[in-house]
Amino acid sequence: MTSTFLPDERSGRTGPDAVPAAPVTHAARRRTLHWLTAVGLQLPALALFGVLVLLPILFALYASFFRWGGFGMPSDYTGTDNFSRLLQDPVFLGDLWRCLLLVVLSLALQLPFALAMAVLLNQKVRGRAVYRMLFFAPYVLSEAVTGVLFSIIFAPDEGLADHVLKAIGLGGLGGQWFAGTSTVLATLFLVMTWKYFGFHMMLYLAGLQALPAELTEAAIVDGANPWQRFRYITLPLLAPTLRISVFLSVIGSIQLFDLVWVVTAGGPDHHSETMAVTMFQYGFKRYQVGYASAISVVMFAISLVFALAYQRFVLRRDLEGATTNMRGAGT
Amino acid sequence: MSVRRRGRTLPGHVVLVAVGAVMAVPLLYALLSGFKSTDQLSRNPVGLPSPWVFANYGDILGSGSFWRLVGNSTLIAVGTTLLVVAVSALAAFSFARFAFRGREALFTLFTMGLMFPFAVAALPLFLLLRSLGLLDNPLGVILPQAAFGLPMTIIILRGFFRQIPGELEEAATLDGCGPLGFFWRVLLPMARPALGTVSVLALVTSWNNFFLPLLVFTDSTWWTIPIGVQQFQGQYSADTARVFAYLVLAMVPALAFYSVAERQLVGGLTAGATKG
Repeated sequence: MTSTFLPDERSGRTGPDAVPAAPVTHAARRRTLHWLTAVGLQLPALALFGVLVLLPILFALYASFFRWGGFGMPSDYTGTDNFSRLLQDPVFLGDLWRCLLLVVLSLALQLPFALAMAVLLNQKVRGRAVYRMLFFAPYVLSEAVTGVLFSIIFAPDEGLADHVLKAIGLGGLGGQWFAGTSTVLATLFLVMTWKYFGFHMMLYLAGLQALPAELTEAAIVDGANPWQRFRYITLPLLAPTLRISVFLSVIGSIQLFDLVWVVTAGGPDHHSETMAVTMFQYGFKRYQVGYASAISVVMFAISLVFALAYQRFVLRRDLEGATTNMRGAGT
Repeated sequence: MSVRRRGRTLPGHVVLVAVGAVMAVPLLYALLSGFKSTDQLSRNPVGLPSPWVFANYGDILGSGSFWRLVGNSTLIAVGTTLLVVAVSALAAFSFARFAFRGREALFTLFTMGLMFPFAVAALPLFLLLRSLGLLDNPLGVILPQAAFGLPMTIIILRGFFRQIPGELEEAATLDGCGPLGFFWRVLLPMARPALGTVSVLALVTSWNNFFLPLLVFTDSTWWTIPIGVQQFQGQYSADTARVFAYLVLAMVPALAFYSVAERQLVGGLTAGATKG
């Protein structure tokens, strides 16, 4: 990190031709000018970020202590009533449970699957470029398009899924899909995997391609079989990429909204509702803005605690706090 | 070694073909179904259309409302991209090439923005936009989208700006360039690939955004493609073939853009996810 715009008194820039009496004020003026330039460049970003990101989050925190319908300023202070109500709200507790379930399913099934595909495509397979394109393509589609498409495909009886199962003699497996309280979450997870595994696969592929080939070659010389090479060389070296991917997956599950809203709007009977959907229901449909704000705050707290803990205990120095959330960017 | 590898790829190949089929079938199914009549679709759900019906695609492409959605989405995506890239480039320049008090704290603040779920801010943001009179106004989507896009754009651009050697800066300074001259005449032209990457990311994110336009646009004149898709399904739920045609047409811009800008998009995602 060097910068020539940084005034450096030690470098003797004032030099022999500088006015002898002025160096202190001159340097001070330059330093002030330098600071003003640096901060001035930040101002537009700070203004935008402060007003449209930080301020709303702080305001949600404030509003969560009020009973408030969203008009005028909140005045009916209720302390932590909204939060204690949350802890007794079966829908919200269900949201937490479903969030945990989706996280576990993603980590146990979706990411290993993405890793397996990345390992396969890291070899010289015919049509590799086509597979990469195809697996990643759903990630580029909007959640709305994906949601509508699969709500038709998984329509009970008349959807493609049931037709295919019937055609291959597995008609008994067909069913309610999004319409059944016991199947809706699993169906949602299937669609999420279809849409998002390609993103994680791309991350892994980028990681795999950065691995030094010499190590694998040395292991081959030493007689390591493919599984041993994967387990003891590829996997540990890929660990930083894996940790980022896990992080993004968890954060994505916490804030899941678009797909659910388009496909089921949380139904049937709340069985696919997420925290964001519950917040939307209370905030925009029932005008219980104070209560909805409390849900926002809990979501925020969960994300923050998870992110900080993850950074502290897992990521450590893998990165300097840099992570994407390409949902809308990245759910 | 390559011989041994090739020997192992047969089972792998079977897996890839199977997964590829699962990925492709929903997309092909939508494409073909759009060429059927709804009546035909219920009699012949799988298989080629017979006869091929072009009316579904034709009607939508011939309707002004579809093109208005495309226009709205384009306007909002381009506006968001220009704003977020311009503002982020200035901030990233300052983060990358200046040393000043409070720099690290400020940078941490922006990076923390990455883990704020949009849903957390949605409600108060809506109230703020309402009081500013920005509902049913494209700026009501452009400004917040740009604000939420800042963290990642700044992080990626800062990384690229740091890689440009300090000697160039010294040379420019000696030639009489001030900081802004260096930024405009040297840094930005050199960082063109990075600017392309963040622009593609911003465009795709904006194009696909659903939540924010859903909140801001109650008036259908400003709807974007994702909102249009959802509304169209509600409106034509009995005419499935038509909905399929609409879905396919809504997919085309994103997929076409992806096939053109694949390198930038993937490069941006992996850089954003792994670089500090």
